[in-house]
Amino acid sequence: MKQKEQIRIASGQGYWGDLPQAPYWQASKGQIDYLVMDYLAEVTMSILQKQKSRDVKLGYAKDLLPVMEQVLPFVVEKNVKVITNGGGVNPQACRDAIFEIARRAGIKKLRIGVVYGDDIYGHIDDLLKSGHELRNLDTGAGLATVRDRLQSANVYFGAFPIAEALEKGAQVVLTGRATDTGLTLAPMIHDFGWAESDFDKLAAGIIAGHILECGGQSTGGNFLKDWKSVPDLANIGFPIAEAHADGTVYITKHEGTGGLVSVDTIKEQLLYEIGDPREYITPEVIADFTSIKLEQDGENRVRVCDVKGRPPTNSYKVSAAYSDGYYAIGTLTYGWPDALEKAQAADRIMRQRLSDLGYRYDEFHTEYLGYNSCHGPLSPTPAEINEVVLRVAVKGKDRDAVDAFGRQLVPLVLTGPPTVTGFGAGRPKPQEVVAYWPALISKTAVKPVVEVTDLG
Amino acid sequence: MKRVQLVKLAHARSGDKGDASNIGLIALKPAYYPILREKVTSEAVKRHFTGICNGPVERYELPNLCALNFILHGALGGGGTISLRNDAQGKTMSTALLRMEIEIPDNEEL
Repeated sequence: MKQKEQIRIASGQGYWGDLPQAPYWQASKGQIDYLVMDYLAEVTMSILQKQKSRDVKLGYAKDLLPVMEQVLPFVVEKNVKVITNGGGVNPQACRDAIFEIARRAGIKKLRIGVVYGDDIYGHIDDLLKSGHELRNLDTGAGLATVRDRLQSANVYFGAFPIAEALEKGAQVVLTGRATDTGLTLAPMIHDFGWAESDFDKLAAGIIAGHILECGGQSTGGNFLKDWKSVPDLANIGFPIAEAHADGTVYITKHEGTGGLVSVDTIKEQLLYEIGDPREYITPEVIADFTSIKLEQDGENRVRVCDVKGRPPTNSYKVSAAYSDGYYAIGTLTYGWPDALEKAQAADRIMRQRLSDLGYRYDEFHTEYLGYNSCHGPLSPTPAEINEVVLRVAVKGKDRDAVDAFGRQLVPLVLTGPPTVTGFGAGRPKPQEVVAYWPALISKTAVKPVVEVTDLG
Repeated sequence: MKRVQLVKLAHARSGDKGDASNIGLIALKPAYYPILREKVTSEAVKRHFTGICNGPVERYELPNLCALNFILHGALGGGGTISLRNDAQGKTMSTALLRMEIEIPDNEEL
């Protein structure tokens, strides 16, 4: 049993593509015990799976490498531990790349843990044959219906395998598909010795994870209430969870950084992307968001307590991705006067030309940026508008039809309504549609594998 | 009675869950929460989002945060990765809800 009373867990990335300097800021601007970073969105795995199929040394979040180069000195000298799901579909290759960085930096000792077993793409047929239908949670259809177009399939593992890697002395833990919340909960399980039956405490850790998982979105980024009053967003401090062994968590950020930690910023983040607040389901626990108590505890410091949890379900969530046709998106800008009317006329002309050529689409979508692309039919019609961006998009199974759409857009500049510009990017090209397939799988069907390796 | 836009009573954040948009609506003051709870029903929200939300609207209460959570099914043109919309993930659905008007008593101070 561990004896630590409190630990500081810092969020370094909320998604792949988040602020690149944030991890270094978190490691260097004050004391932390853990740096947790989320790199995986729902369909990221399909991109990584394609990279791995082309090169067995790829398939992880490559943006993690320059970050590790910056933070490894803190791992070695300050005992900061790094936990990230940036291992993607190839955490072993990610580990080898990080070892290589360590060698180049002259580091002699480093222990890295990997958690895998989440990638079920390779044995999907066995699973389907043995009765795991992996039905789509939205449509109810079985995965077999898109089997031939499947690009990736991963199980969301939780915090316990990561805690096991920490238990085995890992200084860096790389996972495949793991829940965002599990990255934050794992250190608490490890340092406080929480058991699988400590549901209230586990739920408290999950809530902390939910607050941390989108990086700066809990510290003043994308904050709607009083957004103008948030100081110094240029130097935004990413969130830090100061977790206590009894399950109380304080959310804060480093001294001297920008942004804001208030009850209101935390409330907005708590409500982000949740369903039934009484049933926030994770592999470890079902957390009850209606039990959370928030209190301001000094400047940029919020106390989160009284969280309740219940035993988890028997299933893991599965996130699969499959190819579903093609799409293309193009834009043109129309200027005053009659900007909106011109853009609307251009849309009609383009649709007619494509129809006359015999092209059909599953979907043809038109929006006017500056008028209605955010709020659609709820947008009041403006009396006069200085300029508007026509944004047209098509989707269909026929790649040639989607390609033809791109060829019809730019010609509107000289064969349509006047004062049009903004075609510099050229002809929009067909892109593959990667659709998301959420499902459940019995916890008995898959098993996480935890492996720790020393720098050799 | 007077009509007031929700932007005077609440702040909000929205995100996506597949083709469903989640909108968290938070009372600007605790005193506004009972008003939101009474007036911003799932039926009213469904009506407000006519032409955007093609499925049912679910509503959940979080009295501890003085907040309501709405799930708008079929509201994102297919969902994050396959939607053709500029706002495929419904990031601006929060303020779309704040456009909604409700009726409150004339003597209600804002």
